[in-house]
Amino acid sequence: MEHYLSLLVRSIFIDNIALSLFLGMCTFIAVSKKVNAAIGLGIAVIVVQTITVPVNYLLMNYLLADGALAWAGLPDVNLSFLVYLCFIGVIAALVQILEMVLDKYVPALYSALGVFLPLITVNCAILGGSLLMAERGYGFTESVVYGIGSGTSWALAIAVLAGIREKLKYSDIPDGLQGLGIVFITVGLISLGFMSFGGIDL
Amino acid sequence: MSKTKDILLEPIASNNPIALQILGICSALAVTTSMKVAFVMCLALTIVSAFANLFVSLIRHHIPNSIRIIVQMTIIASLVIMVDQVLKAVAYDISKQLSVFVGLIITNCIVMGRCEAFAMKNPPLSSFYDGIGNGLGYSVILMLLAFIRELFGAGKIWGVQVLPVSTEGGWYIANGMMLMPPSAFFLIGLFIWALRVWKTEQVEKPDFKITANSRKSEVV
Repeated sequence: MEHYLSLLVRSIFIDNIALSLFLGMCTFIAVSKKVNAAIGLGIAVIVVQTITVPVNYLLMNYLLADGALAWAGLPDVNLSFLVYLCFIGVIAALVQILEMVLDKYVPALYSALGVFLPLITVNCAILGGSLLMAERGYGFTESVVYGIGSGTSWALAIAVLAGIREKLKYSDIPDGLQGLGIVFITVGLISLGFMSFGGIDL
Repeated sequence: MSKTKDILLEPIASNNPIALQILGICSALAVTTSMKVAFVMCLALTIVSAFANLFVSLIRHHIPNSIRIIVQMTIIASLVIMVDQVLKAVAYDISKQLSVFVGLIITNCIVMGRCEAFAMKNPPLSSFYDGIGNGLGYSVILMLLAFIRELFGAGKIWGVQVLPVSTEGGWYIANGMMLMPPSAFFLIGLFIWALRVWKTEQVEKPDFKITANSRKSEVV
């Protein structure tokens, strides 16, 4: 239990997927102008990440990895080169299914998240989460925890940035730095702040 | 001919994918701690972007509009798989250092964005050039960042020691901060600033204007 708790804390704060691994940067910069939109997208990312990482884990370990097809009588088959294609397929399909399910059963949430769901397919935080899970060799429970943790870390980072940007627009910024430039420097400062978690040894 | 040149050169400074279009920033930040690694990443991205544009453009009249994203993604993912396999065979060490970022070319917005915005509407050859051009625009920023970060962070250029660092008996005290994530953000921010001072038409309008006479410099 302790192991999973430490994995969760590490994936949220120390290995923050946006601020120390730079994943999902494009949407991170583009959708962080308003706090409400940022929180909506953040929640959508948590949900999708929590589902896709474990699903991709199962897919990889029972279909694609070296010798994973032994249960089907094919112990010599190695399909691991198909990992990218399958992961992105799973993500696109899951996002689509999630969109339809939400539309049917939870219309309120659907209308809140609606615009952001399609964006998530091309968010590299999601694909990156799955690929990191594969590279680090997490087990099933670990991959569930990592899915929740990495999604939360991304949501936390975008909410913080949106909060700062809402205040930032009232400040007097040099012309060339206006907009994108100052956002990068702000993210750098947030990332610097998050680095202070790095000393925590769990 | 001049149109080809425009398509090739425009993304480098006046319509840079990273500094103006906000595309493909993730990998630009992550793989720039050493020039060698950054160069391989640029090469991989330019190849994928050029050929993805070419193939998408070739079949653009046959793609049903509703599933075009999936079709584009499949093309891109297949290209990335090829690049990844080649990298693993030819330069295994560097492919280990790039870790997940080769795979993440699939969701790199430069490739997706150019397929969607350019290749769906233009003939194959100019789409191919557009892919190369945007790859170059990305490469320019990546190589610059990697140069600064490697030089000041480790005292090296292209893996060769130029500033003898103090840990090995030299005089240069390495700035470890340069190899950390925050410096990548600062450097891109400053780079954008520099670019916009040079090309003033790229400056974004502020949401709110500060009223006259409220700045210190205007006080008489």
